[in-house]
Amino acid sequence: MSRRISPVIPGFGLTLGYTLVYLSLIVLIPLAAMFVHAAQLTWDQFWAIVTAPRVLAALQLSFGTAFVAAIINGIIGTVLAWVLVRYTFPGRKVIDAMIDLPFALPTAVAGIALTALYAPNGWIGQFATDLGFKIAYTPMGITLALTFVTLPFVVRTVQPVLADIPREIEEAAACLGAKPLQVFRYILVPALLPAWLTGFALAFARGVGEYGSVIFIAGNMPFKTEILPLLIMVKLDQYDYTGATAIGVMMLVVSFILLLIINLIQRRIEKP
Amino acid sequence: MSSSTQSASSVANAARRGSPTSRRLLIGFGWLFFTLFLLLPLLIVVSQGLKMGVGTFVDAIIEPDALSALKLTIIAVVISVPLNVVFGVSAAWCVSKYSFRGKSILVTLIDLPFSVSPVIAGLVYVLMFGAQGFLGPWLQEHDIQIVFALPGIVLATIFVTVPFVARELIPLMQEQGTQEEEAARLLGANGWQMFWHVTVPNIKWGLIYGVVLCTARAMGEFGAVSVVSGHIRGVTNTLPLHVEILYNEYNHVAAFAVATLLLIMALFILLLKQWSESRINRLRASAAEE
Amino acid sequence: MSLRRYALAALASAIFAGSAVAKDYELLNVSYDPTRELYQDYNTEFTHFWKASHPGDNVKIQQSHGGSGKQARGVIDGLRADVVTLALAGDIDEVAKLGKTLPENWQTRLPDASTPYTSTIVFLVRKGNPKGIKDWGDLTKDGVSVITPNPKTSGGARWNFLAAYAYGLKANGGNEEKAKEYVKELFKHVPVLDTGARGSTITFVNNGQGDVLLAWENEAFLALKEDGGNDKFDIVVPSLSILAEPPVAVVDKNAEKKGNSEIAKAYLEHLYSPAGQEIAAKNFYRPRDAAVAAKYAQQFPKLELVTIDKDFGGWKTAQPKFFNDGGVFDQIYQAQ
Repeated sequence: MSRRISPVIPGFGLTLGYTLVYLSLIVLIPLAAMFVHAAQLTWDQFWAIVTAPRVLAALQLSFGTAFVAAIINGIIGTVLAWVLVRYTFPGRKVIDAMIDLPFALPTAVAGIALTALYAPNGWIGQFATDLGFKIAYTPMGITLALTFVTLPFVVRTVQPVLADIPREIEEAAACLGAKPLQVFRYILVPALLPAWLTGFALAFARGVGEYGSVIFIAGNMPFKTEILPLLIMVKLDQYDYTGATAIGVMMLVVSFILLLIINLIQRRIEKP
Repeated sequence: MSSSTQSASSVANAARRGSPTSRRLLIGFGWLFFTLFLLLPLLIVVSQGLKMGVGTFVDAIIEPDALSALKLTIIAVVISVPLNVVFGVSAAWCVSKYSFRGKSILVTLIDLPFSVSPVIAGLVYVLMFGAQGFLGPWLQEHDIQIVFALPGIVLATIFVTVPFVARELIPLMQEQGTQEEEAARLLGANGWQMFWHVTVPNIKWGLIYGVVLCTARAMGEFGAVSVVSGHIRGVTNTLPLHVEILYNEYNHVAAFAVATLLLIMALFILLLKQWSESRINRLRASAAEE
Repeated sequence: MSLRRYALAALASAIFAGSAVAKDYELLNVSYDPTRELYQDYNTEFTHFWKASHPGDNVKIQQSHGGSGKQARGVIDGLRADVVTLALAGDIDEVAKLGKTLPENWQTRLPDASTPYTSTIVFLVRKGNPKGIKDWGDLTKDGVSVITPNPKTSGGARWNFLAAYAYGLKANGGNEEKAKEYVKELFKHVPVLDTGARGSTITFVNNGQGDVLLAWENEAFLALKEDGGNDKFDIVVPSLSILAEPPVAVVDKNAEKKGNSEIAKAYLEHLYSPAGQEIAAKNFYRPRDAAVAAKYAQQFPKLELVTIDKDFGGWKTAQPKFFNDGGVFDQIYQAQ
């Protein structure tokens, strides 16, 4: 059933077994409870709920803003990881220590602080107002909040891998006449890509479901700035548990497929 | 010392650092982004917390409800993080050292908790253990309370932090391959010896990053815990929930003071990480000298 | 010797009497967000009151606060509340219906439809009222922007919505279509729909959005108070509003299980006493008691108030008609 890369390394049965049991107890069985609950609906009812125009608009918004935020983090996070691993400069340790803080800050506080900054009368928001556009209460504000709460993902997945790449390889390539871009393309990209994809996927997945930080900055206008998790809350507040679980199931399935695609790409990179 | 080795090493140095311009540019960019996206929001939180002076700040933190929230948060972290570390190492091990059918699906399942909205993460436990849930009647009969009590809070915290350690280790262990472990085995080490003496030193940094992220997130988790907490003052409020309650009670300054406390706690853990990093590096350097 | 024996006997009888009567109570009151100060004061008052007649007892009252709907869901799903004190009767109805922990006729068990204090919806405007807002009709003028939370997620916002609708009815001689048009026009002037009353207050007060905040009277007072005398806002009382009735109820099954039935009932009944009413008034809730109301008459301006039961057929009718999926509120946004 299983094909091991290396027959001499022990522990396959033990680790796989433990992984599956733990995952089932904590994650899979509870999620299955949600599926069972949603199964009280007929397929037509389910379909009517998840394809309601408002739900579709929210779906587009949630996945769109999460994707953009993950891309922003993918670029900037890599730069930050690079700067932190490769250069020594004043303040490096400060930045390094503070990268993870968005995780520790309750998301609601993050949302309130970001709104205070980017609202039309905020420190930064007023400059945007002068330039004639709005950040808070628009999809841009949502993207901003998601970029903030998912910032650590790419940095922290790329960082250890980058630190682990022996510099000798790049140095050797440079000695052999490779230009910096070639070094980047042929040495760094292949080594970093799996980690980068992981970071990207996690940031994206987390962004889709994020609630606490977004509701303060989003404006929550139906069809415009209303995110999917908010629609779940709306259903719950009507005591419509099945409707809420239907949207939850739909989000889960879409996220699962997207994550699966990313993981499959990753495996192809892993064994060329 | 020949001139050719010298020029080779300077080329190598250039490759490592990049040209001075691009280097400065990248560092500048890093700082700019850091300041705009991270530092400013955090400064807002801290400045709001300290708006009425240090006295008010301290009062908000040593208030009994805040202290009991702090205690509950620490309990939740202390239970959930070690469990997720064991899981993370085990999952990363089987994913990165072996190839088997369904591996991509397993990895995706490990990621799944991130993509589950915190609202749903809490809700699934309510659907399982709540009074109207699948196990609800049985639990009530035996007077066991899971949701709206400590077990529910711990479960929700574990749920949202399940992937961290595994996700930190998997790319690292894939990048490292299996040669070193194989060598250890061929030299006669048993499974545990190989693990402790070869694998653990190799994955140390990834592991520490994973633990730090996991801890930070476990402390700060709000949405999922909020669904299963019940918000009983001084009993089932974690620090993030206490922040929300204070805020909703128009107690702006105290809310931000408690949020600042969370930031300080996270910063402390991060500094601990850096301290251990430099200490280990120093030990390694002195070992190399001998 | 005899003195000592007497003292011993007295001590023994005291212990005996104490152990026969004294009880330790732990009461959980599950409430909604802005009632913290109200119940903080009231819990102290009630503890004194209870101790006066039960000197040996220990009473500990625990509080839980959150969004009204969320709190009701908690109780349905097993949060062991002895009493619930929520923002609207509809939420307690759901506890009765889905949780089956109290009878569906709970609202008839206490006076005044189980609402010991009330509030209403007023306007909070910026100092000096620069847009000249006096009544509901002014809210749909060009250039006026209104902040209110989302009625789907906020109990308070449902009162806001119904107050606006009641004005729409009155201004158009009871024509439902015209009233719908009015609220539709009103919500075109709403740039941000926060999920809760507190979020809206922040949007209005801290982030400077909008010209008018629709708020519960007690929250408007709180916002003024929190403002710390900065004097940046005024309260405008419209010509007509709704009587917001936040009800209270004992959750029978939980209270029975914890042996709290008697004290839970007393806890809610004491809210109607002059002392309880005084505390409500001090916390900006309108008291029911005529004498206390007269004393605080200056604080609470008189205005025409519609009620949920008389004008909207109760929450059982209003909730599905206005706020459930496909209801009047959804129609406003679908048509756009």
